[in-house]
Formats: sequence, structure tokens, C-alpha cells
Amino acid sequence: MPEKRMEKATIVRKEEISSGIFDMRIQTEEIAQLAKAGQFVALYCADGSRLLPRPISICEIDRQESCIRLVFRVAGRGTEEFSRMQKGEKIDIMGPLGNGFPQKEQDAFVIGGGIGIPPMLELAKQLKAKKQIVLGYRDKLFLQEEFQQYGDVFVATEDGSSGTKGNVLDAIAENQLKADVIYACGPLPMLRALKQYAAENGITCYVSLEERMACGIGACLGCVCKSKETDAHTNVKNKRICKEGPVFEAGEVDLS
Amino acid sequence: MNLNVNLAGVTLKNPVMTASGTFGSGEEFSEFVDLNALGAVVTKGVANVPWEGNPTPRVAEVYGGMLNAIGLQNPGIDLFIKRDIPFLKKFDTKIIVNVCGKSTADYCETVERLSDEPVDLLEINISCPNVKEGGIAFGQDAKHVEAITKEIKKYSKQPVIMKLSPNVTDITEMAKAAEAGGADALSLINTLTGMKIDIQKRRFALANKTGGLSGPAIHPIAVRMVYQTAQAVNLPIIGMGGILTAEDAIEMMLAGACAVSVGTANFHNPMITKEITEGIKAYLREQNISDVNDLVGAVQ
Repeated sequence: MPEKRMEKATIVRKEEISSGIFDMRIQTEEIAQLAKAGQFVALYCADGSRLLPRPISICEIDRQESCIRLVFRVAGRGTEEFSRMQKGEKIDIMGPLGNGFPQKEQDAFVIGGGIGIPPMLELAKQLKAKKQIVLGYRDKLFLQEEFQQYGDVFVATEDGSSGTKGNVLDAIAENQLKADVIYACGPLPMLRALKQYAAENGITCYVSLEERMACGIGACLGCVCKSKETDAHTNVKNKRICKEGPVFEAGEVDLS
Repeated sequence: MNLNVNLAGVTLKNPVMTASGTFGSGEEFSEFVDLNALGAVVTKGVANVPWEGNPTPRVAEVYGGMLNAIGLQNPGIDLFIKRDIPFLKKFDTKIIVNVCGKSTADYCETVERLSDEPVDLLEINISCPNVKEGGIAFGQDAKHVEAITKEIKKYSKQPVIMKLSPNVTDITEMAKAAEAGGADALSLINTLTGMKIDIQKRRFALANKTGGLSGPAIHPIAVRMVYQTAQAVNLPIIGMGGILTAEDAIEMMLAGACAVSVGTANFHNPMITKEITEGIKAYLREQNISDVNDLVGAVQ
């Protein structure tokens, strides 16, 4: 069986869980069976004026029910179209795409920032290690209660309305947390700061990156990031985020 | 029903091929579409040495299409010959290698390296709008087009397709220049230079500021240019530009193209080339046409 599939999936549940943030559960044929934590899917718009698939990270995988859960922010017309879809409607979907998180049996920080939080939920569920989960928000919280079953949850908000006022590193400092490996997804400044923190503390750090994509499967070279070493496939210092990524060991990639 | 088309002496099993830059060298798409079903695979442009391409963001969606400014990132001809050609040889399809360069010497070096490789045709990219040197600079001046075509023909053993830019006042002048330089075929159109601005951030959507516009938005321009070019030269034409459906492909053939390339549509549906070929067959059956070549230039 091929590793990736193109399917018509069915929406089984959809709700807005925070302002502009939607939680969608979709029934797949094979994608849920194949998916790993940290991978993503590409969703296609029904409106033919929007040609490119939208990459959306997988929030949860339910192999028994053959479902995946996607939590996404409405960022443009494509995600707006998805947000209007109702239970029972079908959507074209390709996946699972990308590499997913490696999983080490070491004390871990599971860190998400903003719309980078959803893909950390399945990882938090699967990871067999002591987990300290650090979530950074601008203001309103979402998904944080669901993380509590998988580890100790620490929250940071920019406006100080919950948890530590500041960012995820402020929460780590305030709570005097320590770990041996970082798994993170979120805005680039957060990932850059975590890369530096990991280097200073001599620990491993895996970051999940995002970039504007076209094909989603590694053919168009739209979504590359700069790499430290010459990449075996591209033969230049570029790695394809959709194929070699989206998860990279932070030292491998240039986040500047 | 005959679907075979003759492209500069090479027989393709059907007129549907991929457009350079949208399909890599076929490996990634082979998980979704049977490459054996394609008339030809046209590879992403390759140069004499590896190129890193442009900074990101490199792509942006626009209404009915997209902008790209990849900047011809490619692994260089050495790795391409070692890896990509042997991969494509496993399939029963024709191989068309797209060649890019920053100077005439670069193009000729790559063409010469390919001369003894099992490649069916070469497509020369003198029309990329996203690189500072080479690319489009060669394709916007008729004298340059003729001169570079002549030079490349000295080194090539395979038939040479010159890929033309729509970013010119009169594409037929470039087509005639390529014909005068000894081109065996033409492909058109490459992307149209465009720009998108994010009004919230007040920033260019692409790091390169400008990018090449592709997709259905440009299809009528491509049909017009294929028609004009077919009237002006006696070379076989590969028509491309916004083909999303079998109807679009048929329109391009009626305008004068003997084969078509499908590009951006692969991103919308990775199986689309197969669906377009099936759609052309269905049209021929409906219209009681027994040979696909009867469509070429048949607009009245």
C-alpha cells in the first residue's frame, strides 16, 4: 500500500472552539491508519478558483474509528470554506504528508504556540516518557484541558490572562522546568528561541516548521527551508518542509 | 482511435505531458498517477551546476491560479543524470529534460552532458521570469533567441524544443527567431510575470516580489498565443498555460498545439493528467474523430 492517499473524507463533527479556531473530525478510508503524530494532510477547496491544497496538521488520530481530528485557524478564503462545511459533507484530502515527530524515551517538553498547539496533542498522547506540556497563547485558551490527561500542563499568555504572562520560555523559567528533549510547533520566533535554549542547555530540540506550499508532496520545491548541510535530495542547502519535514532537529535547519 | 502524436520525430503515446517545474522528475507524483499513462514527463529545469533558488515564500495563491518564484532550484546535471533519468527509464513514457542556465555556455554544457543519455527531447527554458541572469533575458529579444537556439543545436543530439515567454510584445517574433535558429519544436507559454501584496502586512506575498502567474487565469492568453504562433511558424507546438480540464487541452490543440503540458493543475489534483487523457478520448468518441491529430489547428 502506498504511504500517501488521495481520498474523499467525510466530516463527522465540526465546531468553533475559540474565536476563528475550528475543530473538525473527519472520517477517512486509510489516512487515519497510516498517519503518525506530527504529520499533516492537504485539504482541497471545492471552489475551483482556489487551486492549491491547504496543509493542516493532524491534531489527533483515531485508528479504531478511522478518523482524524484537525484543529485549524481561519487564515484566508480556503480555511474559511472549510470552516463552513457541515457534518456529512465530503472533502478531498491527501495524506498523511511529511515525516512526523521522532519519539524518544527521554523527559520531554511538549511545546505548542498558538495554532502550533494542535499537532502536539497526538504527540503528547503517544509519547512514552515524562511529559511537561507548555502551551503559549495570545489570550484565549483552547485544547489545554485535553492535554492534562497526558502530562503536567503549563500555560503562558501574552496578556497574562492565564498562567505565566509572556511566552513559553517565560513559563519554563517561572516554573523552573527541565527536560532532556524538546518537541515544538509554533511561530518562528518561538522556535528560534527554543533552538537557542536547547543549544545552551545541551538538549535535543525537534521543531515543526510551516511554509507556503503548492504540491505538498515534494515536487514543486515551493516550501523549502535552509539547512546546515547539503540535502541528499535537493543537492543544495535546502530541505523540503513538506517531505523531509515538517519536523527537523533544530540544529539541522536555519531558523534566522 | 489513434492518440499517438509525432513531436519532432518522436512518437508520444498520447498528447498529454507534464509542464516543467510542476512535476519534479515524476517520483513524487508516481505515488498518485501512473507515469506509464503519460505521453511524456517534462522534468523540472536542470542546470550545469546545482542552484539554491530564491528565498521563501516562493508561492502564493491568486484567484484562479498561483504565483511562483522558485528560482529554478535544481540539483545540477550530475545528480540528475545519476538519479532522475534512471528513475524515469523504468516507465513506458517519453523523457523530455528541461534545461536552464545563466549563460549560453551553461546551457550548452548541460545539453552536451545529456547528448548521450537516454532522453527523448530537450526543452530549453529561455523564459523563466524568476531568475536574474539567464532565463527570460534570453527569451525577450529575437536576436538572442535565434543565437542561443543555434548554439544549443550545435551540442544537442536530441530534438530541441524552445520554451517561449509570454512576457513579450509579440510572441511570434520569438517563435520565428527560434525557427530560424533551428529549433525542432516550440513550447508555450511559460508563466506571466505577476505580483501579489498582502494588504494586512503591507508586504509582498513572495520574497522575490514578482513571480510567474500560472493556472486557469492565464488559459485564454495561452490559447491566443498558441494560435498566433501556429499561424506564424511551421514547427510543432506544445501548448500549455492553465490547462485544468480535457476541454482546455482540446481547445489548445484546436488552436494549433500538437501536444499539451499540464502544470499547475497537478497541484489541484495529482491524478489530473490521466483524467485529461481520458477526457480527450471521450471527446473524440463523441465527435466521431478517429485520430487525435485531426484536432490540431482545426479551429475555423
